[in-house]
Amino acid sequence: MNPHYKLYTAEAGKKSRYSLFSAPFKDLADSQGLAMRLTIRDIKSSYRGSFLGVLWIFITPLMNTLIWMMLNVSGVVRIAETPIPYPVYIFTGTMLWSVFTESLLSPLNQTTSSKSILSKINFPKEALILSGIYKILFNTGIKLILMFGTMLILGVYPDWHLLFFPIALFSLMFAGTAFGMLAAPLGLLYGDVGRIIPMATQVLMYMSPVVYVMKGEGVLQKVMAINPLTPLLVNARNWLTGLHSEQIYYFIGINLVLIPVFFAGWLFYRVSIPIIVERSGS
Amino acid sequence: MQEEVLIRAEHVSKKFCRDLKKSLWYGMQDLGKAAVGISPSQQLRPHEFWAVNDISFEVKRGECLGLIGHNGAGKSTLLKMLNGLLTPDKGSIEMKGRVGALIELGAGFNPILTGRENIFNNAAILGFSKKETLDKLDEIIAFADIEDFLDTPVQNYSSGMRVRLGFAVAAQMKPDILIIDEVLAVGDMGFVLKCFNRMDELLKDTALILVSHSMPQIARMCTQVLLMSKGQNQYLSNDVSTGITRYYEMFGEEINSFSEGEKVDLSDITLLSEGNKGTRTENLLMDYAAPLEIQIEITCREAVEYMWVYLAFYDKEQRIFAEVNNFTDALTLKRVENKVIVSAYIPSLPFAQGAYSISVGIGEEQNGARRTLLRSQSAIYFTVHGKHHGWAPIQYEPEWKLL
Repeated sequence: MNPHYKLYTAEAGKKSRYSLFSAPFKDLADSQGLAMRLTIRDIKSSYRGSFLGVLWIFITPLMNTLIWMMLNVSGVVRIAETPIPYPVYIFTGTMLWSVFTESLLSPLNQTTSSKSILSKINFPKEALILSGIYKILFNTGIKLILMFGTMLILGVYPDWHLLFFPIALFSLMFAGTAFGMLAAPLGLLYGDVGRIIPMATQVLMYMSPVVYVMKGEGVLQKVMAINPLTPLLVNARNWLTGLHSEQIYYFIGINLVLIPVFFAGWLFYRVSIPIIVERSGS
Repeated sequence: MQEEVLIRAEHVSKKFCRDLKKSLWYGMQDLGKAAVGISPSQQLRPHEFWAVNDISFEVKRGECLGLIGHNGAGKSTLLKMLNGLLTPDKGSIEMKGRVGALIELGAGFNPILTGRENIFNNAAILGFSKKETLDKLDEIIAFADIEDFLDTPVQNYSSGMRVRLGFAVAAQMKPDILIIDEVLAVGDMGFVLKCFNRMDELLKDTALILVSHSMPQIARMCTQVLLMSKGQNQYLSNDVSTGITRYYEMFGEEINSFSEGEKVDLSDITLLSEGNKGTRTENLLMDYAAPLEIQIEITCREAVEYMWVYLAFYDKEQRIFAEVNNFTDALTLKRVENKVIVSAYIPSLPFAQGAYSISVGIGEEQNGARRTLLRSQSAIYFTVHGKHHGWAPIQYEPEWKLL
């Protein structure tokens, strides 16, 4: 059969089950080159028109760290003792948290920004998701360089657990992207979703050990312990900074649950694109 | 190979919703259905209508289907379905082969980046790998012919330059199926011709679908036309000329040409060629270089002292390109009263294939000054059938000699 054969029909039954499950992987493979190209394009263009360029990647997390350090030092907010120097704790926390939030918003943002092309050219949509992931990896990579520098200066040394760090990092991206793909189609129809997500992540951040430690007996601490993001976040930070694993079974369990969620999100995203194109036009 | 059907559309229909809020809500419902794998309903919901209604056709390799119709006839929606951007609500579309679409040139261009960088962006979106793009880079640059601006940000390009670059990239596609949606409207003359030559090369072994409002373009390239109106198939045939004529007729009704003058009325007009007859309602189909007789019936309400008749030929772009008149006393019409039929016989009309219209002007000359009594734009349409599909409406067949 012709490898380029395509059948477009309203009747879902006519499409073979095989193509429903194999097509996503084929498209994913086909989208690699385009995803890379889109990433290069977006990174180049976003920094070419700015004076400070790539430095902007550092500036936001640095400001965040400074604010929380000031709050802590001035005693406005009393934060329990952290196992590693507080600046490292906040910096890793905010960095890892932004990996999650960026992954969550990325499918929506990426798709919105290429809406005009989506309605005119047929290309593997996976490229949009993938390029979003690449951009986050690029940002995170740069932040990690700064992070390692700071850690060494402050005397925090990673140990062999560092080998596991990528797993935890990918888990955060995996979680973000899975839900991001589920939310993106709704967000493309209704602008409300794009406003709700940042608000919700803000709330979620205070329920997670991003800027303060999970310690004690308060309600918030209990919420934090149940929060499925906690093990991802805590282990990512611990493995990066030479601490030990925590809630490891919870960590594994969440990742297992994320696998079907991720595939559901992916398939949902794929089937929704023609519907979005239909409703939003060119 | 030549006979294989590459595009097959069967009873394709697509709904559309006019109301935004409703449309978004229906979108949500469709998303919900898609999530659980239910086909969308085939009934119209409130505020919906069929934008494309029960369209079927086939295109083989080497053939070109011209898609014509008014704005909003559903052409673009149909193209989007063929390209897989929209899913049909009814029916099915089979595409056998690599699909290339020229629906928007320069997709993926980023204004801040240079022309050279954007070649890669555009190529990637069109499905080229980095290696393929590198291999074809020189050819693309040569085709676009904008070397001086290659390292300038695209935001400083003129729209024509952007189109040049976009087409240069797209022209490198080697598709089995090519979909073109009137993108060649911009660009200077030289570039447009270059694009057509390129498309002619591609046409040999692709199945092509062309949407255009330019009838010479349709007449020149297509082997089949589909005339759409309100989403429906109005005419589908290999007889391209008739399709084009039907298209003009759709406008003909809107531009009702028969006007009454103050002193005279143009009561009838008839065209005759080799035993074929054309009237206002039934277009004449004549052969290339055949004779044409134009008969005009004029009713005078008052006597006209010294009447002149003027005829002008227009092509489908409404460009005037030929005139006929009796100003030089070829026929003297003195003291014309009541009804008169004037005939103008042209022994050979060397027009290119296509549809044409004739405008009629009738006037009076008094004391050496001409005054128009009546003017009827597009009084009658006719179609020339023949081997010449040129850009110019007049195509000569000279006697060639090698000296």
